[in-house]
Amino acid sequence: METKLEAIVNQPYKHGFKTNIESDVVAKGLNEEVIRLISSKKNEPDWMLDFRIRAFRHWLTLKEPTWPNVKYPKIDFQDISYYSAPKTKKKKSMDEVDPELLRTFEKLGIPMNERAALAGVAVDVVFDSVSVTTTFKEKLAKVGIIFCSFSEAVKDHPEIVKKYLGSVVSYADNFYAALNSAVFSDGSFCYIPKGVSCPMDLSTYFRINTEESGQFERTLIIAEENSKVSYLEGCTAPQFDTNQLHAAVVELVAMDNADIKYSTVQNWYAGDENGKGGIYNFVTKRGLCKGVNSKISWTQVETGSAITWKYPSCVLLGDNSVGEFYSVALTNHQQQADTGTKMIHLGKNTRSKIISKGISAGYSNNSYRGLVKVGKNAMDARNFSQCDSMLIGNKNSANTFPYIQVENDSATVEHEASTSKIGEDQLFYFASRGIDTEEAVSMIINGFVSDVFIHLPMEFAVEATKLLGLKLEGSVG
Amino acid sequence: MRNTNGGNPLVHIDGLATEIEGREILKDLTLSVFPGEIHAIMGPNGSGKSTFAKVLAGHPSYEVTKGGITFSGIDVLDLSPEERAREGIFMGFQYPVEIPGVTNSSFLRLAFNTAQSARGEDELDPIEFDDYLQDKLKMLEISSDFLDRSVNGGFSGGEKKRNEILQMAVLEPKLAILDETDSGLDIDALRVVSQGVNKLANNDNAIILITHYQRLLNYIKPDFVHVMHEGNIVKTGNEKLAQELEEKGYDWILDET
Ligand SMILES: Nc1ncnc2c1ncn2[C@@H]1O[C@H](COP(=O)(O)OP(=O)(O)OP(=O)(O)O)[C@@H](O)[C@H]1O
Ligand SMILES: [Mg+2]
Repeated sequence: METKLEAIVNQPYKHGFKTNIESDVVAKGLNEEVIRLISSKKNEPDWMLDFRIRAFRHWLTLKEPTWPNVKYPKIDFQDISYYSAPKTKKKKSMDEVDPELLRTFEKLGIPMNERAALAGVAVDVVFDSVSVTTTFKEKLAKVGIIFCSFSEAVKDHPEIVKKYLGSVVSYADNFYAALNSAVFSDGSFCYIPKGVSCPMDLSTYFRINTEESGQFERTLIIAEENSKVSYLEGCTAPQFDTNQLHAAVVELVAMDNADIKYSTVQNWYAGDENGKGGIYNFVTKRGLCKGVNSKISWTQVETGSAITWKYPSCVLLGDNSVGEFYSVALTNHQQQADTGTKMIHLGKNTRSKIISKGISAGYSNNSYRGLVKVGKNAMDARNFSQCDSMLIGNKNSANTFPYIQVENDSATVEHEASTSKIGEDQLFYFASRGIDTEEAVSMIINGFVSDVFIHLPMEFAVEATKLLGLKLEGSVG
Repeated sequence: MRNTNGGNPLVHIDGLATEIEGREILKDLTLSVFPGEIHAIMGPNGSGKSTFAKVLAGHPSYEVTKGGITFSGIDVLDLSPEERAREGIFMGFQYPVEIPGVTNSSFLRLAFNTAQSARGEDELDPIEFDDYLQDKLKMLEISSDFLDRSVNGGFSGGEKKRNEILQMAVLEPKLAILDETDSGLDIDALRVVSQGVNKLANNDNAIILITHYQRLLNYIKPDFVHVMHEGNIVKTGNEKLAQELEEKGYDWILDET
């Protein structure tokens, strides 16, 4: 039964192919010259270059964080290329996208052709360092929504970018945020004007293709008063024996009564079963509920990456604002994840909810780390957190690190945690009722994650369910 | 007493020996059970009763070193536990495990539909299945709140046992081995569960009851009572043997053998 379980959990990674496309790759290394080169390749205005240089100089003063519960060899930041773009001009029409890229994304199930597009989802496609296409742009523009690559936003909407860039995650926030601010190459930008409820889900699909390069993208989403948007993010990478660094920054801003829902299915290459290769995923994601009654909801399904270091957070500044974090983090083999959230209550009557489900299989290590902070003025703030861990087999570990800081006596903070285990006894119980191991594992896992999956958009939930099944094939041992 | 027929045995265990972690537990055990029969197995703690049940159900930790098991004429040693279950072998666990996150109702339905497809019959959708289930719940006097809870999650000892019988009632197996299902049941529950088992018993199926208490056999009348000792059946009799054991304990038999 053990070996069967292993067979179920150990399905090969399906997105591990590499696209053969000529790329413009900047030589490895990081210094001000490289940053100027990236900026000039992108024809950026001076203010953008200034931001990068300031961030870089600050980064030089910082040390890599060592507090996460993950282990990896020291990263040589001079041994990474900070820019890689496929040698193909971005075209106006979808039909002009390089056919090799079209094929790549079709293979990944991301059609870039609007006619064949995912039912009602607009996609910005980021390949290595650049955005290669954005679908449904014109259609969205009709209702005043700006949805485009970050680079385009810098050119076409500098006043909005200038106003909000770094306003939620400052370059001084942490080591990787500083690095990203210095070298970020592209990403997605999205602006929902006052009173508009975005008619379709917006999404970004990130693909790392080059072995030597890192991916450093930024996403900025602004939802004006009374607006609403649901945003999806997906990602994959080829299978290399070496590790690639992914250090993204995502900033969300919600004004009065605005509602942002941000969903991620993360399936970066996780390395092989011995822990060789895979993505180092060091990401800073934060949303600011700036207006009254605003709401930001993060839902993440983290299945990939060799190492995940990620805490999508909410700063609840507006009175009555709401922050939510729903997370499933699955680790298998030698994967390590240290993920969770921060809910910072500053406004009155702010509410937050955290539901975290960690699944550890193989020899992996899965930690939840979460902070609930209630500021002095946050009268009647409320938080509820639930952190559940499931262990598949007995060679892995799960940890929960909840931090609670309350400076206002009227706050209500509740924390619940549980750990359960799928072992041979559970599987034999299923088997003795005619249910095979594969079905048993999928049933247990689906039950376990259901509180989180109900918050995913429909198609994403289907995708994520399949993904968990694949990831767990062969893993209980 | 029900008819015992003289045809082929439903299950035939022939000179079975098993090991776990290099230790021999069952030794040269032979037993035939015919359709329509109820057998009771009694015996001191550690004599190998649960081992016997688990080996029949195909627990992967036990290695069969000698002998064989045929069920409806087929060699089941080659079958995985799930295949055995689909053939109609059911074990009621002495210690049912908790399955977090899976509701009792979805577990029951999946198990039932798996059995249905194995029998070549149509699967039931959740609504049809609920109708089917309601009758079983009534028979065993189980509240339907039970269904929304996770499988055995936070169940009391007696509730877990009742849940085992509910599963048996849903699956309608050909052979049920009930490992100390009576332990932990209160007096009323014992009566209800026993009545349920009696209703499920018919001329085509067979039941093996593992128990420490003669009391159960007041409700469910066995055709045979076996005494297990050190991995083997050392004495076989009828109901009277159970009464004798209740009065005198096991020593006299062990002395005899
Ligand atoms: N995994 C194991 N490793 C070693 N010995 C085991 C293992 N499992 C069972 N045994 C031993 O096998 C023997 C038979 O155990 P079994 O559970 O079959 O007894 P039982 O007759 O059901 O007892 P009880 O009446 O207490 O339920 C015991 O001595 C037990 O310690
Ligand atoms: Mg026992």
